[in-house]
Amino acid sequence: MSDMDDMDDGSGIIKKFMFLNRKAPHGTVYALEGLEVVLITAAFDQDVSLVFTDDGVFQLMKGIDTKGIEVKDFSKTYRALEGYDIEKLYVDQASMDARGLTEDDLIVDVTVLSVDEMANLMAEQDVVISF
Amino acid sequence: MLHIVNKSAAERSSLESCLRVATKGSAVLLIEDAVYAATNGNAAAAKIQAAAADLKIYALGPDLAARGMAGRVLDGVNVVDYGGFVDLVAEHSNCQSWL
Repeated sequence: MSDMDDMDDGSGIIKKFMFLNRKAPHGTVYALEGLEVVLITAAFDQDVSLVFTDDGVFQLMKGIDTKGIEVKDFSKTYRALEGYDIEKLYVDQASMDARGLTEDDLIVDVTVLSVDEMANLMAEQDVVISF
Repeated sequence: MLHIVNKSAAERSSLESCLRVATKGSAVLLIEDAVYAATNGNAAAAKIQAAAADLKIYALGPDLAARGMAGRVLDGVNVVDYGGFVDLVAEHSNCQSWL
């Protein structure tokens, strides 16, 4: 056995990552940049939860048409997350209610969380990254 | 006076500050993330509807469409395109962009 075999390079460690999205799309670059980081993280086989609260729930709206403002429509990328094994998508019930939205308004299947459920999900993470 | 607001009412106080000082007959144009306030079910919708009694409220159509909100605009809010934006600026003797 070589020394290399005894060394732990950390490659087998899986941590619980939460990406917390709180910004509307387009008005700032946070939503798009956050999505890019999530896709990168997927390459490292981590336990990823993607959470949308506050104006972040607007990122998942159906019917987005960005032709008029001449920016990239990245909303369809959320549908591709499943292919990267990112399947845990959550939205905050209170944020949806404050914006008159229901699950039917969103382009992907999500789990809707109460305040308590959201609090518990956050508390059990190893890493929370906010966009 | 034409007031132009570009930030979400859920994140910043600019819309509220604008509505507080906008005088009767003035126009308020909502652009970028501010357009959410002019959509059905939004927490800020009541403020917009109350303001619409004394003010002319406009929202930029391309920004609504880019956010999937084109079909959710409140009654009493006028949707304008970029040409309409230019017309509003030209029609008013002064304008204020709320940052």
